[in-house]
Amino acid sequence: MAMPRLPEKQPEMSVTPENTLPFAGNLATAGKDPLGLELDWLQDIRQSGVVRYRDLGLPAINLEDWKYTNLLALGDMDYLTATPDHGDVPVDVVPSIFPTGNNDLPSGARLVFVNGMARADLSTMKDLPAGVTLEPLAQVIDQNPGLLKVHLGQLAIDTDRAMLALNNAAMNSGYVLHVAKGVVMENPIEIIHIGGIAQQPLACFPRNLVIMEENSQADMIVHHVGVGGASYFVNTVNEISLGQAARLRVYNVQDESHQAINITANWANVTRDASYSSFNLSLGARLSRFETYVALNGTGAMCKLDGAYLMRGQGHCDNTLRIDHLKPDTTSSVMFKGVLDDRSRAVFQGKIVVHRDAQRSDGQMHNKTMLLSDKAEIDTKPELEIYADDVKCAHGAASGHVDETALFYMRSRGIPDDLARNLLIQSFLAEVLERVNVDTIGAAMNDKVTHWLPVARGQI
Amino acid sequence: MLEIKGLHVSVDGKEILKGLDLKLGTGEVHAIMGPNGSGKSTLSYVIAGRDGYKVTAGDILFKGNSILDLLPEERAAEGIFLAFQYPVEIPGVANTTFLRESVNAVRRYRGEDELDAMQFIRVLRKKVAELGVSDDLLKRAVNVGFSGGEKKRNEILQMSVLEPALAVLDETDSGLDIDALKIVSDGVNRLRDPQRTTLVITHYQRLLDYIVPDYVHVLANGRIQRTGGKELALELEKNGYAAFTGEAA
Repeated sequence: MAMPRLPEKQPEMSVTPENTLPFAGNLATAGKDPLGLELDWLQDIRQSGVVRYRDLGLPAINLEDWKYTNLLALGDMDYLTATPDHGDVPVDVVPSIFPTGNNDLPSGARLVFVNGMARADLSTMKDLPAGVTLEPLAQVIDQNPGLLKVHLGQLAIDTDRAMLALNNAAMNSGYVLHVAKGVVMENPIEIIHIGGIAQQPLACFPRNLVIMEENSQADMIVHHVGVGGASYFVNTVNEISLGQAARLRVYNVQDESHQAINITANWANVTRDASYSSFNLSLGARLSRFETYVALNGTGAMCKLDGAYLMRGQGHCDNTLRIDHLKPDTTSSVMFKGVLDDRSRAVFQGKIVVHRDAQRSDGQMHNKTMLLSDKAEIDTKPELEIYADDVKCAHGAASGHVDETALFYMRSRGIPDDLARNLLIQSFLAEVLERVNVDTIGAAMNDKVTHWLPVARGQI
Repeated sequence: MLEIKGLHVSVDGKEILKGLDLKLGTGEVHAIMGPNGSGKSTLSYVIAGRDGYKVTAGDILFKGNSILDLLPEERAAEGIFLAFQYPVEIPGVANTTFLRESVNAVRRYRGEDELDAMQFIRVLRKKVAELGVSDDLLKRAVNVGFSGGEKKRNEILQMSVLEPALAVLDETDSGLDIDALKIVSDGVNRLRDPQRTTLVITHYQRLLDYIVPDYVHVLANGRIQRTGGKELALELEKNGYAAFTGEAA
């Protein structure tokens, strides 16, 4: 099951003395009543995580991988690791990316987390078809530890990653989605994370498993929303396993509050003829980093990783991804586009590695950014590493300001400057939003983008 | 309708228009002809209010009022339309959406009610039928993948939807074959009426076979060098601009 992966080794070196290392104190007491205390193998993962995290410390900006994203901000707050009690707070409305009251929209199962904790009372599982289970991690630990043991810690195995070590040590929530062989889900599953409803800064460490058996198909919407005013930190690790010819499409909407720090890592193993796509719309958070590591691990495997980032204020958004083409005839396609205003900053680091056996691979990666302010910054680094000789690969990056000629053209037709700018932003993002291939979800994403746009005169 | 008085315009510190005078009466069709680099496009941009075109002296009066302080969108809403020599592609914005945003922005400026989608489609259908524009052109993104002729036809469609009091056509004939030229000219001629003024800017005489002007002006070295009737265009076709560029040098 272990995934062949050839990362260039560069251990994340400790820069933070242990007494000031965020969460180090919590970890010491985490052994008191953690999830899965009775599972020795899980306690082993936790213990190695504690040791590794203390050794590594927070990733520092002298690491190539973390050059543009500084996690020192994590030290600003004294986060308390969330417990089930923290999830038990009143929630007025469960936010959805779909407008409420529209009966035409797909109604699938919905699993809601508040402050990182699963809330059965806000969730609904009634629409899950036979062969599909979606359960909070705690429940799987109690009822189906065997399934967990087969999958947890099998894909996310790089011991040189501090944030993974921290999640290993501290995992305190999450879910397991299992789709049985041949099951094709019609409606998307919604996972909704509501954060910030607390009196003190909370930290939460979700560990999620998505297991798609052979020939199964599912769509997921993963929606992070900040509601309250409190700071919070989310460190998520997703392990995503796709059996032969399985198809998974994940639509992420990151709309965290401006007090939030969200570090998410996705580890996906895509086997023969299987396909994994994700779309990551980033709108919020003080700092977010969305890492995706995909192993195209069988002939004909493919992945499509897209995203849009819209930042203003001092928001910082990092999309870091690596795709390993390990087998012949594998395909990857990546497009990220973003719009940055004020002093916001975005990072795009993408690497496609075509290994020696991966003949006839096709890898495409593009990143484009529109800067609305002279003080906004994009750091972009698309890379290709090719060890096979018969491949088709391309990559590119571009950034620029609003097209003044197009702006004048629109204004000369009577469209006011600010409305014209909005239309140009929408026009710029259309190329990537069109890649959302479920109409209802694409429309919801478009709505989110429209709401983000600067307010225009006369716009309704 | 439009009066330009002693207009001096600089672009990037270089003076392009050097004291241009021009007066267009209501209902008239004027043609400005001139060699490359004479300032023809600068004149069209400065009328439309493009950034970067600095008026250092003189004035532009539209319906008796100076428009120099108006933004491009305000000039458009007041009734000035510029058909671009190179219409701009705007990927991701459907042509219909663009037209409706444009019409409604102008209506808002004028304090009129906006047209809803159905009302607008009715207006548009009529114009589209008159101009022989295909439905396909409306659904596609603004000018994206349009042929040269389609782009120009789209300009004329925008013009006929906005019904400007003053239409400035900047080198509308460039890149058109003779059939496209006829269609575009036909669209312009349809809009000719006693309340509307048209300014045709062109390098070549051939467009004026189809859009017959009341007056022809020769622009060279940043000034109007000569004004005459439509026969002046034929003379220019025959003798070229050498007399004017030489004369002014």
